[in-house]
Amino acid sequence: MHPPFNILVQLLRGTVVTIELTVFAALLAFVISFIVGFSRMAKFWPLRAIAIIYTEFFRGTSLLVQLFWVYFVLPLFNVNISALAAGILILGMNFGAYGSEVVRSSVLAIPKGQTEAGVVLNMKPSQITWRIILPQAFMIMIPTFGNNLIELLKSTALVSLITLNDLMFQGKMIQNTTLRTTEVFGLVLVIYFCLAYPLTLGVRWLERKITVGRA
Amino acid sequence: MNTNAETAKVQPMVRYRNICKSFGDLKVLTDINLEIAPSEKVAVIGPSGSGKTTLGRMLVTLEKPTSGTIEIDGEMLWHKTVKGELVPADEKHLRKVRGNAGMVFQQFNLFPHMTILRNVMEAPVHVLGIPKDKAKEQAISMLKKVGLEAKLDNYPRQLSGGQQQRVAIARALVMHPKVMVFDEVTSALDPEMVGEVLLVLKEIAEEGNMTMLVITHEMAFAQEVADRVIFMEGSIVEQGPPQALFGNPHNQRTQEFLSRFRNA
Repeated sequence: MHPPFNILVQLLRGTVVTIELTVFAALLAFVISFIVGFSRMAKFWPLRAIAIIYTEFFRGTSLLVQLFWVYFVLPLFNVNISALAAGILILGMNFGAYGSEVVRSSVLAIPKGQTEAGVVLNMKPSQITWRIILPQAFMIMIPTFGNNLIELLKSTALVSLITLNDLMFQGKMIQNTTLRTTEVFGLVLVIYFCLAYPLTLGVRWLERKITVGRA
Repeated sequence: MNTNAETAKVQPMVRYRNICKSFGDLKVLTDINLEIAPSEKVAVIGPSGSGKTTLGRMLVTLEKPTSGTIEIDGEMLWHKTVKGELVPADEKHLRKVRGNAGMVFQQFNLFPHMTILRNVMEAPVHVLGIPKDKAKEQAISMLKKVGLEAKLDNYPRQLSGGQQQRVAIARALVMHPKVMVFDEVTSALDPEMVGEVLLVLKEIAEEGNMTMLVITHEMAFAQEVADRVIFMEGSIVEQGPPQALFGNPHNQRTQEFLSRFRNA
């Protein structure tokens, strides 16, 4: 077996974990973005307060420290979570906090006249939200969500510090045993890029497809 | 009140009673009493800040009166009667009565993410529950009426301001409201597009059966189309048939306001 090939296979094994983490954390973040984003605009003030506390907590404390808390501190209180679940949870909640601001600002960017037109046509508030406001707000969200997604992908490297064998973790392992530092981290760099760039292209494609004829 | 004997007999389509409206400390409308007969065309004129837009917006529930009541076709809009007492209306009641009214805005407010056809079909399908093919038929015939049957698959941004406003008119008309508020519908348009929109409005007015509240700065149009013109400045200052109000205004404020238009 040629060593470089061997290295690549092991790195790809870690890549699978990185992709897994990214996909599930992104789905969680997406859902949280909408729930928290809409809660921040709710008429009921306790809901708004909870949403603000949530957002400020996750934005204001370090992602790495949060990971350590969930993986190393919670077990001291008899709460045991697997490294993968901890990674998905914390990444999802973190990027959900950022995403909620994207959702909120996009919804608020839709002119008031759109809601008024819906009211005057006697639509229900839920119809106005789903049929008038969200489709327009979503177009504004896409580019920022795309950026956040790539940011999320790169942040998954942090989970290597809570023993999860993702791409970064595998890289460090192989580097430790082979000492081929340049090749290993060079490959890790290239693999991250190969994951991130299709995301950029995908978001751009989605943006074009959704805005066709309208812009 | 300047209602003639003929209109006094039938129940008014719209009735404002002792309406006051304040935004914070700013008093916009004071003690408005106004009745509009079925199929009557009323033009409301007045300087900016005179409360005329607020008057129209209250009729479609976009502004809530501070005090007083509004009725549409005999039904309270902002209130309902429970055990003989007036209580504030809930969302369900608002929706029921609001269904009788429609509005066209100064800024069109078309839905930019929908084609022209979908803009006009949206409410009939999702609010009135009309089957799609039938709603499509009605939408197309309404768009034909405003001269835009060639633009069905375009998006609002691909149309001129005048065309967009005509779509907005069609969108309001397919709901067949009993009373329509036109809120300065030509004010946001380039001068060369004002004519086409006024022409459509005039056609609707001449069809006769719809009650219209037209808030406008187009004095010639008001004179030509309206049965009655109201001059407002926080309250109703003067009203009457167009020839009387434009030809021989009694109130000094009305005279001053109209003279500014003559000089312009």
